[in-house]
Amino acid sequence: MKVTGAQALIRSLERCDVDVVFGLPGGAILPAYDPLRESSVRHILVRHEQGAGHAAEGYAWATGRVGVCMATSGPGATNLVTALCDAYMDSVPLVAITGQVPSGAIGSDAFQEADITGITLPVTKHNELVTNPARIPSAVAEAFYIASTGRPGPVLVDIPKDVLQATTEFAWPGSVDLPGYRPTVRPHAKRVREAAAMLREARQPVLYVGGGVIKAGAHEALRELAEAAQAPLTTTLMARGAFPDTHPLALGMPGMHGNYAAVAALQEADLIVALGARFDDRVTGNLATFAPRARIVHADIDPAEIGKNRVVDVPIVGDLKLVLEELVAAYRAAVAEAGPADTSGWLRTTAHWKERFPYRYAQAADGRLKPQYVVERVSALAGPDTIVVAGVGQHQMYASQFFKFSRPRSWINSGGLGTMGFAVPAAMGAKVGRPAETVVAIDGDGCFQMTAQELATCTVERIPIKVLILNNGHLGMVRQWQELFYDERYSEVALGFDVPDYVKLAEAYGGVGLRCDQPEDVDATLEKAFAVEGVPTVVDFRVDSHEGVFPMVPAGRPNDEIILGPEFSPEEQAAATRREVPTA
Amino acid sequence: MSFHTLSVLVENRPGVLARVAGLFSRRGFNIESLAVGPTEDESVSRMTIVVDCAERPLEQVVKQLNKLISVLKIVELEPGRAVERELLLIKVKADPAVRYQILELAEVFRGKIVDVAPESLTIEATGSPDKVAAMLEMLEPYGVRELVRTGRVALARGNRGITDRALRVPRSA
Repeated sequence: MKVTGAQALIRSLERCDVDVVFGLPGGAILPAYDPLRESSVRHILVRHEQGAGHAAEGYAWATGRVGVCMATSGPGATNLVTALCDAYMDSVPLVAITGQVPSGAIGSDAFQEADITGITLPVTKHNELVTNPARIPSAVAEAFYIASTGRPGPVLVDIPKDVLQATTEFAWPGSVDLPGYRPTVRPHAKRVREAAAMLREARQPVLYVGGGVIKAGAHEALRELAEAAQAPLTTTLMARGAFPDTHPLALGMPGMHGNYAAVAALQEADLIVALGARFDDRVTGNLATFAPRARIVHADIDPAEIGKNRVVDVPIVGDLKLVLEELVAAYRAAVAEAGPADTSGWLRTTAHWKERFPYRYAQAADGRLKPQYVVERVSALAGPDTIVVAGVGQHQMYASQFFKFSRPRSWINSGGLGTMGFAVPAAMGAKVGRPAETVVAIDGDGCFQMTAQELATCTVERIPIKVLILNNGHLGMVRQWQELFYDERYSEVALGFDVPDYVKLAEAYGGVGLRCDQPEDVDATLEKAFAVEGVPTVVDFRVDSHEGVFPMVPAGRPNDEIILGPEFSPEEQAAATRREVPTA
Repeated sequence: MSFHTLSVLVENRPGVLARVAGLFSRRGFNIESLAVGPTEDESVSRMTIVVDCAERPLEQVVKQLNKLISVLKIVELEPGRAVERELLLIKVKADPAVRYQILELAEVFRGKIVDVAPESLTIEATGSPDKVAAMLEMLEPYGVRELVRTGRVALARGNRGITDRALRVPRSA
């Protein structure tokens, strides 16, 4: 059947079961917006293309499906770059469609021309400039296949305007076959057996769980393994929700602002089983002093992650669901043959650390509202069907530390790239993907102002997200570093509490604005916010600007130097530093 | 640090060289030389990349290269088991007093004189990296006006080619 390139594009999106596209039209992509009117694909008109990118990410995080965004050439496309890079760092399946200037104008510095395939080369899993309209269906099919398989990631498809306008025959490819792309899915059985034997022998094992476990849908197999092996586990910032925080084996988040128990357990481990994690510097601290006695089993779908930062004893490449299922079986077989492992002493120690050195903050005597308290109350009052989205900074750490996660895909944030402004558009995308659930963006005042324009999208498209701003009037995390590492010489970190007026801003965007600055009002305010229907809600929580995020391992320092924070006595800090064990 | 020769089969498509070169610079690896050209299959190009790095970083380079969709296959060619060649064109100062010596040197290295000018000779030479280096060393004292090298190209010795397995599967549209 004869169609235009634009019709072929939209039809291809339909064939890929796309239900929603976040985008904003412009000159070069215009042809694609015409057939969109008749399509089953819902288009959500954002107010800035970065919002489209992060919304597509939020959608993908929440649903596990490929998020789709669309923009025009030049500035439209470059505005997507931050989101693409963010998706690349956090392995988020994303397809971006961009218009390009007509083929004949490429390379001539034409109006709104940008070499977007060149620009996004290092921040996409793959990209393609489509030069032939007949190629559009295959290009789209391949983009979705590449984005969603193996280690997920963003793929950009750039289509010149004349290619969208040209007439072609629509031929949907039967299957996608890329000779240069064959992810290893099935793990090597021998390696799995070696890992199982090591786990059985280990006296102080830790499962170091990363975002890959959630992406692979491997949380149930993870729980089976942890319980069978009685191995405590840590869930990284990317893996919050992969395992219930309330479970006795859960040690919480590792890393720079992680739980003491998680950080210390990794340091003391004799075996670390890394599952879909990548030994990021925010987790390891100084790499040379990280987990000095631990043997390492590293399982990941991406072979390039294995051995990249830390030398590995047992590498396992494969889909984590298969890896974990086979590991559980192999572990049981090893136990049947050689008897069970005894980790009870180790579990007593990690439980002691959890109890003795938890996240701690103190309510202020003068009644100033603490950001941690707000998150605690959100966690207590939010229903089990809540999805929490965060931007980047102190509020992100508080959200990860104090919200009790119990299920996968209930936590969405910008981990690797650390993109301020992520929360509002990502929450919007998450709500579109899972409309029946409550989506709460825990945001900072600095972050919020970077992408707040998407509240207009939320109102118009009736996407009722809840944005809870922990407004400390500062770029709080930067302020904290200046306090600790620059002798309190604060430089360009004060934003002020009152500009903009967040309540009025929310109302101006057609949403509901609330404000709260007293601990005793937090519950009532949250209940009011949760009761709003149909439109976005913004709550301006005026919180203590002096509050810091603790524990903390200063950047580049050994994890052994973890600082518990001002709420712990010197004696407690000393006990933590020497890794006090429980008395028998 | 040591030199490693990678033979890389890539899709013959626009932008693939940029993908490969960009990956090296982005990940902080140095390319000593890079030669690229078509193969017996017109849809495939072959790059011979000489990298200067230690064993572990090399593994990382290969893994990262493998992640590029346009990269079909990578083989590290070990010096003892591969034929490695480089083409060199070198313009040497050659006044009548030394001209004969230079011709003799060229002969020793089986170089060909491809251009003769009153004050210079241009020699074409091919050979293994060692041979090319040795010849350069001998010619340098006469004064090198300019030179150009293709970078190393290499093939593994023996019956098999690295293209067999990589290309057996039919390619998609």
